[in-house]
Amino acid sequence: MKIPLAYNVRSVLQRPVSTAMTALGVAIVVAVFIAMLALANGFRVALVRTGSPDNVLVLRRGADSELSSGIDRETERIIAASPHVATGSDGRALISPEVFVAINIHRGSDTLSMANVVARGVSDEAFTVRRNIVITEGRKFVSGRSEIIVGQRLVGRIGHTALGDTLRFAGRDWLVVGHFSAGGSSFESEIWGENEQFMPVFRGDVFQSVSFRLKDPRGFEEAKRSLENDQRIQVDAHRETEFYDSQSELLTRILNILAYLITSIMAVGAVFGAVNTMYAAVAARTPEVAVLLTLGFRPRSVLASFLVESAVIALVGGLIGCLFALPINGIVTSTTNWNSFTEVAFAFRVTPGLLLSGVIFALVMGVLGGFFPALRASRLPVVQAIR
Amino acid sequence: MKFLPLVLANLGRHKRRTVLTIVSVALALFLFAALRSVITTLDETARFGAANRMVVQNAMGIVFPLPMSYASRLQATQGVQAVTWANWFGGRYGDGKRFFATFAVDPQSYFAMYPEMQVPEDQKQAFFRDRGSCIVGRHLLEVFGWKVGQNVTMQGTIFPGDWTFTIVGAYVPTSKVIGEDALIFQYANLDERLNHQVTPGWYVLRITDPALAPDVARRIDDGYRNSSAPTKTGTEQAFQAGFVTMWGNVQFLMNSIGMAVVFAILLVTANAMMMAARERTSEIAVLKTIGFTDRTLFLLVMVEAGCIADAGALLGLGGAKALFASGNINVGGFLPGFTVTNGTVLIGVALTLVLALASGAIPALRAARLPVVQALRKVE
Repeated sequence: MKIPLAYNVRSVLQRPVSTAMTALGVAIVVAVFIAMLALANGFRVALVRTGSPDNVLVLRRGADSELSSGIDRETERIIAASPHVATGSDGRALISPEVFVAINIHRGSDTLSMANVVARGVSDEAFTVRRNIVITEGRKFVSGRSEIIVGQRLVGRIGHTALGDTLRFAGRDWLVVGHFSAGGSSFESEIWGENEQFMPVFRGDVFQSVSFRLKDPRGFEEAKRSLENDQRIQVDAHRETEFYDSQSELLTRILNILAYLITSIMAVGAVFGAVNTMYAAVAARTPEVAVLLTLGFRPRSVLASFLVESAVIALVGGLIGCLFALPINGIVTSTTNWNSFTEVAFAFRVTPGLLLSGVIFALVMGVLGGFFPALRASRLPVVQAIR
Repeated sequence: MKFLPLVLANLGRHKRRTVLTIVSVALALFLFAALRSVITTLDETARFGAANRMVVQNAMGIVFPLPMSYASRLQATQGVQAVTWANWFGGRYGDGKRFFATFAVDPQSYFAMYPEMQVPEDQKQAFFRDRGSCIVGRHLLEVFGWKVGQNVTMQGTIFPGDWTFTIVGAYVPTSKVIGEDALIFQYANLDERLNHQVTPGWYVLRITDPALAPDVARRIDDGYRNSSAPTKTGTEQAFQAGFVTMWGNVQFLMNSIGMAVVFAILLVTANAMMMAARERTSEIAVLKTIGFTDRTLFLLVMVEAGCIADAGALLGLGGAKALFASGNINVGGFLPGFTVTNGTVLIGVALTLVLALASGAIPALRAARLPVVQALRKVE
C-alpha cells in the first residue's frame, strides 16, 4: 500500500529551513544550467535563422567562410544563368551576388573601443531572396547612392547609426537611410549597402558570395551537383541553413560543453546536500518509520515514500530555478563569430524544452540524492528502531 | 587547542555527512578557481605585449591588407627601430576539427622582433634557408604526432589550394601567453605562389622608447590618412586587448556563475552545520551544565565549520592549482597559458573564511544562547 503524500508534505513542513535550503541549492544549479544552455541556444538560433532552407550559398571552392571566399563577375554570371535559380514575379533571377567584409567601427561614443562589423553589399533582389528582411524604420538604400541600412541589433551599439547620420568607413561617408530586422538572425548585426557601391571601395572587382533562391525547393542536390561539376567555375554550393549552422558549431559546442561541465560539478554538490538532508530526515523520523513498517506498510512503500519526498523537494527547487532563469530570456549580448571575425549580437533564448530539461535535471538530482537515505529507511530493523 | 579532540570527535560522528560536505565545498572552490582563471588568463593575454612593440593594421579592419611599400616608409619613421610583417594564412589541416593559427612571416625580421619565440639556432637557420619550410609550436608536434623533417599539407581557405610545408623546427615560447600551437612559414613562399598579388596583413614595429608610442602612432597614421590604405597604429598591448574584448562579456558570465556556485554550496554547508548542531542540542546543554562558557561553545561550533570549509578549500583550490599547473589544459588552444594565479587562490581562501563564518554563525549563536534547562528537558 502506498504511503499518502500528505505524510511527506507534513514531514517536510516540520523542518522548513533545511528543506528550503536544499531546494534553493537545486534551484541555483538548475538556473545556471538553463541560463548557460540558453546562451548557446541563442547564439545558434541567431546563426541558423540567417539562412533559408531553399536558398543556396555559393562560395569559392575550399573557402570555409564568406570572408575567405571570392567570386568574380564571370562566375557570378554563370551561376545566374543556371536553370536552378528561381525567377521573381518581374522575371528577374532571384540572386544576390554579395560583397562581404569585416570593418572596424567605433563602438558608441567611446572613441577607443572598436567593433568588427559585417558590411554586406547586396543586390536589389537580396530583399526577395532573403525573406526575413523587414525595413523597420526609414527606407531601403537607393541604387547608385552612398546609402546604407543598419541592422537593428547594431543600432545604439555602434556610433552614428541613427536615421540621417553619416557613418564613415572605407574612405567614404555613408548616409544611414534605414534600419532593418531579420527575424533575430545575425543579419541584424550587419550593415547593408549596394554591392556595386561596396565593391570598388573594399576588395576590388570581386564578390565574396552568391546567394540564390532554388527554383525547386527540393532540387538542392541537383543544383549543387551541376554547379560544382561545371568545368568553367570553381565553387562550392552550400544549403544556406546548413552553412550558417556549421558556422555556429564551434562556439555552440564550447558553450554546451562548458554548460554541462559546470552544472554537473555543481549538481554533485547539490546532490550531496540532498543526501545530507534526507539522511537527517530519516534519522529524525526513525521511530515513525518503524511505526509505518509495523502497521504493515511494505519496505518498498517506505522507499518510494522517501524517494518521492526527495524528488518533490528537488522538483520545487527545479521550478524555482526555472523562475530564476526566465528573466534572462531575451537579454541581448554579443560575441564574435570567429568564422567571419565579426561581432554577432544575439539574445538568450529560454525555450520550453530547456525549462523542461531543467526540471528533469532537478528530478534526477532529487532521486539520486534521496535513494540511499530512502533505502536505509526501508531497511530499518523494526524492533531496534521502535525501541 | 585542548578542545581539538572534541571538535574532531564531533566531525567524526557523522562521517558520511562530514565527507559529503567537504567534497561539496571542494567542488565549489574548484569550480570557482577554474572560472576565475578564465578571466585572469584572458586579462593576462590582454596585458601581453612588449612595451616597445607596436602593431600597424589597416584602419578599415583587420581583414584588409597593407601595401608592401609601407615597410620601408615605416622603417624610416622617426622612433622606429625595426619592422616586420606577417599575414594570416587561415588554413585547414586534415578534417579541420583541430584548429591552429597559421601565419606567413618574414623570417629574419620576425625572429628578431620576437625574442620570446625560442628556436634552436640550427633549426632557425634551416628555416631561413628553405622557402618551403615551416616552424611549428612544440605542442602542435605532440598533438598531431608530427616529426621535425616531415612534410605537412594544409588546405588554404583564404589562399586556395594545397600547401605543403616541411617542418624544420619547433619553437618554445618564453611567455605562456604566446600559444604553443601555431605554424609559421615564409612570407616569400606565399608571395611567390600568389604571383606577388599578396601584401602584408599587418606590420609590427619596435620603437626606440616606449614613451614615444603615441608620437609614432600619430606620425604613421597621419602620414597615411588620405591614402587608399589608411593605417591604425597602436601598441601591441592594445592590439591584444582588442582581441580579448571580441569574446564579449566573458568576465560577467564567469563571475556570475562563480558566485552562483559558491552561494549554492554555502547553502549545503550551512544546512549540514545546522543539522549537526540541532542533533547535539542536549549535548550542548550538558556541556554548559558542566561549566563550558557560551563563548567556548560558540567557538567550538565555529571551529567545526571552519574545519569543514578549510578541508574543502585545501582539496578544491589545491586540486585546481595542481591540475592546471600541468599546463596541458589550454581549452582547445583558445586559452594559452591557462593557470590558476596566486591571486585566485587568495580570493578562494577569503571565500572559504566567509563560507565558514556564514555557515557556522547561526548554529554557533544558537548553541551559545541555548537555555540549559529547556534543552535538558528534551533529553529522554
